[in-house]
Amino acid sequence: MSELTSLTLKAALEGLRAKQFSSVEITRALIAAVEAARPLNAFVLETPEKALEMAAASDARIASGDAGALEGAPLGIKDLFCTEGVRSTAASKILGNFIPEYESTVTANLFGDGAVMLGKLNLDEFAMGSSNETSAFGNVINPWKSASGGNRALTPGGSSGGSAAAVAADLCLGATATDTGGSIRQPAAFTGTVGIKPTYGRCSRWGIVAFASSLDQAGPIAKTVEDAAILLTSMAGHDPKDSTSLDVETPDWAPFVGKSVKGLRIGVPKEYRVDGMPAEIEKLWQDGIDWLKEAGAEIVEVSLPHTKYALPAYYIVAPAEASSNLARYDGMRYGLRAEGGNLTEIYENTRAEGFGQEVKRRILIGTYVLSAGYYDAYYLKAQKVRRRIADDFDQAWQTCDALLTPTAPSAAFALGERNADPIAMYLNDVFTVTTNLAGLPSISVPAGLDSGGLPLGLQVIGRALDEGTVFSVAGALEKAAGFRAKAERWW
Amino acid sequence: MAIDAATVRKVARLARIAEPEERIEPLVQELNGILQWIEQLAEVDTDGVEPLTSVVHATLPLRDDVVTDGGDAARVLSNAPKSTDGFYVVPKVVE
Repeated sequence: MSELTSLTLKAALEGLRAKQFSSVEITRALIAAVEAARPLNAFVLETPEKALEMAAASDARIASGDAGALEGAPLGIKDLFCTEGVRSTAASKILGNFIPEYESTVTANLFGDGAVMLGKLNLDEFAMGSSNETSAFGNVINPWKSASGGNRALTPGGSSGGSAAAVAADLCLGATATDTGGSIRQPAAFTGTVGIKPTYGRCSRWGIVAFASSLDQAGPIAKTVEDAAILLTSMAGHDPKDSTSLDVETPDWAPFVGKSVKGLRIGVPKEYRVDGMPAEIEKLWQDGIDWLKEAGAEIVEVSLPHTKYALPAYYIVAPAEASSNLARYDGMRYGLRAEGGNLTEIYENTRAEGFGQEVKRRILIGTYVLSAGYYDAYYLKAQKVRRRIADDFDQAWQTCDALLTPTAPSAAFALGERNADPIAMYLNDVFTVTTNLAGLPSISVPAGLDSGGLPLGLQVIGRALDEGTVFSVAGALEKAAGFRAKAERWW
Repeated sequence: MAIDAATVRKVARLARIAEPEERIEPLVQELNGILQWIEQLAEVDTDGVEPLTSVVHATLPLRDDVVTDGGDAARVLSNAPKSTDGFYVVPKVVE
């Protein structure tokens, strides 16, 4: 059955509709793959019984001609999405054995279209991390190994490390993920998968554990650009339960993949050539430029002068919003409650025991920058810089239709290698964080391998609500790159 | 605006996180490292720049002020660390 697990989502949906195999069959094959891949630690909870139940229901709907757009397709769900009746933890001890009584809007949309859930995927605690090393459930291991790095275990990236590893290792046909500063795109780049963060407001945040509400967006990690388009079409849509959800039509994005990019103007921002960027990434970027030129696009140099201020602004805005969002974990209504002599001590001990080191660090930073006397100097200043960054993009759109950049400044690094210095870890998001601050759609496409055989990604950024162009450009890159490499199975 | 041990203790108190004494000095170092790196924002000229609070160019929607759900105490309480008779049980708040 192993050939079923290696299918793309698109091919699997066609096979299911043509009744070449049943949903129960492909679900069984993927459940076996998930069990065999436990050394990757990609799943924090496997739900095989629920998966088989959902698959059987899908088979019944396919038989009766009531199949939805994703009917019978087994997916993995990042454990930041609340799933009704299924433990949801945000990879934090503080949520303990939290079992939601409700379903997040995004997962409800996917299941409403017939998708099957294989289980909940590992992530950085509260999605705070770039290497999946802050999870209370332990590190996720990247299925890829570097030929030049010995047998060292590599990070799958973060925070959606479980989602990226599971898709790369053929444990599911696609996965949900979330992106606050790069958490979909950087793991996609590190694992040779495709990941898109749509325009802020495309996907409802309702039922997704909140990190930084003005930056958080859901999106898929998938095997191909077309698969990502199919998944995003199902995930997105207006939701009255999220007041920042956009009341706009959701296009069917799959037909945009394969559309010609002839005549499109592609901007190359010179500020993304950062010091110390590996030559291989420079070269990959140039390859991407050449491929798009050959496909008929026009390349224009653009300037995004405030790029280098995006990360420091992010590390004010995101921790500030996180410190406010995470105030709800007080041990009273759900999750962990520690002992203490009085109410304040119970709060303090609960949060000390329940939160991990990185989460505490960010809450403290956020509390400090919002505290009396510092608000203007930090938070207000950061919001003004954020405006400057958004204005940079508006300026760029005067001369181009989409931007091409590398996704991350390096390939996947070894677990443990960058833990000592928080800022070194934060710098992973230098190319991705700008679009969270500006709310723009951006995708990572696998485009080549480094000298050690590790995947590298290119990022395409589009105008607000113009995911269509992003998918077309990404499709052109995918086709030209001809990226077919898979991680060699060692687990 | 360097942070000292007293500030870390104060902020931890405000955030309701018990930080053990041996973590205070490392936190002073870590937080100062991050804040010093953030200081580079001072280079950006933001005179007259309107702060960006929302990237969604839309006004917040209004809805009718009506009851749409409720009567679900058992489900609301299903994850409570302690509950009884349809209420959360919490430590004494007022002495």
